[in-house]
Amino acid sequence: MTMSLLAAANLRKRFGDIEAVAGIDLQVEPGEIFGLIGPDGAGKTTTLRLLVGLLDADEGEASIAGLDVHKQPDRARELLGYMPQQYSLYGDLTVEENLRFFADMHFVSRADRQERLARLFAFSRLEPYAKRPAGKLSGGMYKKLALSCCMIHTPKLLLLDEPTTGVDPLSRRELWEILYAFAAEGVAVVVSTPYMDEAERCHRVGLIHGGRFLLTDRPQAILAGFDEALFEVLTDDYDGARAALAQQQCALRSYPAGDALKVACRPGAAPETIGRTLTAAGVAYRSIEPGRPNFEDVFLSRVEVSA
Amino acid sequence: MTMAVTARNLVRRFGEFTAVDRVSFEVPAGSVFGFLGPNGAGKTTTIRMLCGLLAPTEGEAEVIGFDLRREVDKIKENIGYMSQRFSLYADLTVRQNLEFYAGIYRIPRAKKAARIAFAVKMAGLTGAEHRLTGELSGGVKQRLALGAAIMHEPRLIFLDEPTAGVDPASRRDFWDLIAELRRQGVTVFVTTHYMDEAEHCDRLILIYSGRKIAEASPRELVTDIIAGTMLEISGPPPAEVVARVEKAPLIKQAQIFGLVSHVLIDNGADATERVRALVREAGWPEAQVRPIRASLEDAFIHLIEREDRRIAAEGGRAR
Ligand SMILES: Nc1ncnc2c1ncn2[C@@H]1O[C@H](COP(=O)(O)OP(=O)(O)O)[C@@H](O)[C@H]1O
Ligand SMILES: Nc1ncnc2c1ncn2[C@@H]1O[C@H](COP(=O)(O)OP(=O)(O)O)[C@@H](O)[C@H]1O
Ligand SMILES: [Mg+2]
Ligand SMILES: [Mg+2]
Repeated sequence: MTMSLLAAANLRKRFGDIEAVAGIDLQVEPGEIFGLIGPDGAGKTTTLRLLVGLLDADEGEASIAGLDVHKQPDRARELLGYMPQQYSLYGDLTVEENLRFFADMHFVSRADRQERLARLFAFSRLEPYAKRPAGKLSGGMYKKLALSCCMIHTPKLLLLDEPTTGVDPLSRRELWEILYAFAAEGVAVVVSTPYMDEAERCHRVGLIHGGRFLLTDRPQAILAGFDEALFEVLTDDYDGARAALAQQQCALRSYPAGDALKVACRPGAAPETIGRTLTAAGVAYRSIEPGRPNFEDVFLSRVEVSA
Repeated sequence: MTMAVTARNLVRRFGEFTAVDRVSFEVPAGSVFGFLGPNGAGKTTTIRMLCGLLAPTEGEAEVIGFDLRREVDKIKENIGYMSQRFSLYADLTVRQNLEFYAGIYRIPRAKKAARIAFAVKMAGLTGAEHRLTGELSGGVKQRLALGAAIMHEPRLIFLDEPTAGVDPASRRDFWDLIAELRRQGVTVFVTTHYMDEAEHCDRLILIYSGRKIAEASPRELVTDIIAGTMLEISGPPPAEVVARVEKAPLIKQAQIFGLVSHVLIDNGADATERVRALVREAGWPEAQVRPIRASLEDAFIHLIEREDRRIAAEGGRAR
């Protein structure tokens, strides 16, 4: 059997009564971007901290390139870069000083340093801001610098906790481009996010809820496997429509999607059923169109199944 | 249609730097108006001008019928403002914070108890009025801040990134509150980085480097403004596809999207066929090419890249 770069089996961690991580299995290969996707409190941060070896697991094990993160923590840590959710750089040091500081911390030799800085500047496009204090960077630029600092020792595995939370769409796309560039060089990436719409940017995803994976697969395979019937209803009486559909048990759930009401029904349901229910309840509507599933639909559906 | 805000050629300079550059727009009364733009675009500066907290360098505006230069006090009394930096005191209780705001807004004694109860209920904190505000979760705090900002029942409210750092479920709850305000006829002027939230707005404007670069409904922004077709190319490695096709004249935008790539091309009957041919010639005859729906984020990025090219062509510096 070939060994995955990152391999974790049956990881568990309990805090008092809360089972924060309840049996996580995970393998990530070089060049692969794995998305750990779930809402607040799902167990993303705890999972990452277990993988990095910052937290002791109650059960299970994790290894990086065959090195157990608990038994050989120092050697394992040389191989990984970890960016926590609240990453603190030195606000009054400049961009370049921060990078040099992290290079020193990781004993990067002087000979290698210049070349790595140049490479990271090429990825991050931060060179024009090299002399700016980190505390004066915008949110997106700050995250790019933090990411660069985690990569200064050229790790083989990168673990990122919510790198795109709160950044603007332009910076978000730039961050993803940087991750793709690292992956193209063979770095394995595990990235956590609460945004379901980022699932499709990953090579493989695990939808996490209550410390467990609801599903892990390629994003395309997950969407293809979604079998509920989805519709988009345009109506002026939004609340009336929601109430009517919920009461008649016609819809499994409904929620806003742009200017439409998205309605999920049991597999095979016909749009006429919805039309009839709305009409019977005296709710006027303009149209009922088939809707396309996205990861939010999948997630909500799976949470119900698992409950 | 009456306008809650009319801004004409607003300019704000800080020394040599122009943060807001001749921005004009109208906000219809009763609408939810989304104000989008990347960091540093000038959103907060514009809002602070419209709230009467920062004097415009040039230009004029009317806010709920009052002139921004001559009647600034009237404006301050009649609008709500929830700033990007947090506006509640962490070491005060929920009730103490609301009493503080009731004082600022000079809410009459007869109404005070009812307005505080309203804000508490809106935040879902009934029975928890004595909790310290600092201990509340991000989502609850934002709801409370909104409640505080509308205690004096303003007809117009400015929300500057109200959901930054709030988890997705709480963001949805927050937008339910915005929808409720809209139903009551309140005009909501809101900035956000989340495109799923922007979809809920009646109208959007996008600003960049202090300039307005687009104004439309969310639907128009993805259909008309992009004026192109988004295609998904699957099969060959996306990084290689993007590298090979992004310079082709036909391609307006190309990006890796997980295991596939997305390209934007000009509309045209044979557009999809031409991209198929391009990909075939590049050595991937088995690749699949299919049209997909462009997202609001695609439109946002496209407009900004177009503006970058325009600025570069003028010899200026982008961002
Ligand atoms: N140090 C801790 N002590 C007690 N409970 C914790 C601790 N860390 C996390 N938890 C709990 O474990 C669960 C998972 O948390 P976390 O891993 O931070 O989730 P996420 O990162 O997905 O938001 C939550 O219920 C959280 O409150
Ligand atoms: N008081 C100020 N002095 C100098 N520059 C400022 C000041 N306030 C804002 N700016 C600059 O104006 C630009 C627009 O800022 P802002 O309105 O906060 O943007 P946004 O809210 O869209 O992120 C930024 O480049 C910012 O650094
Ligand atoms: Mg977390
Ligand atoms: Mg701002």
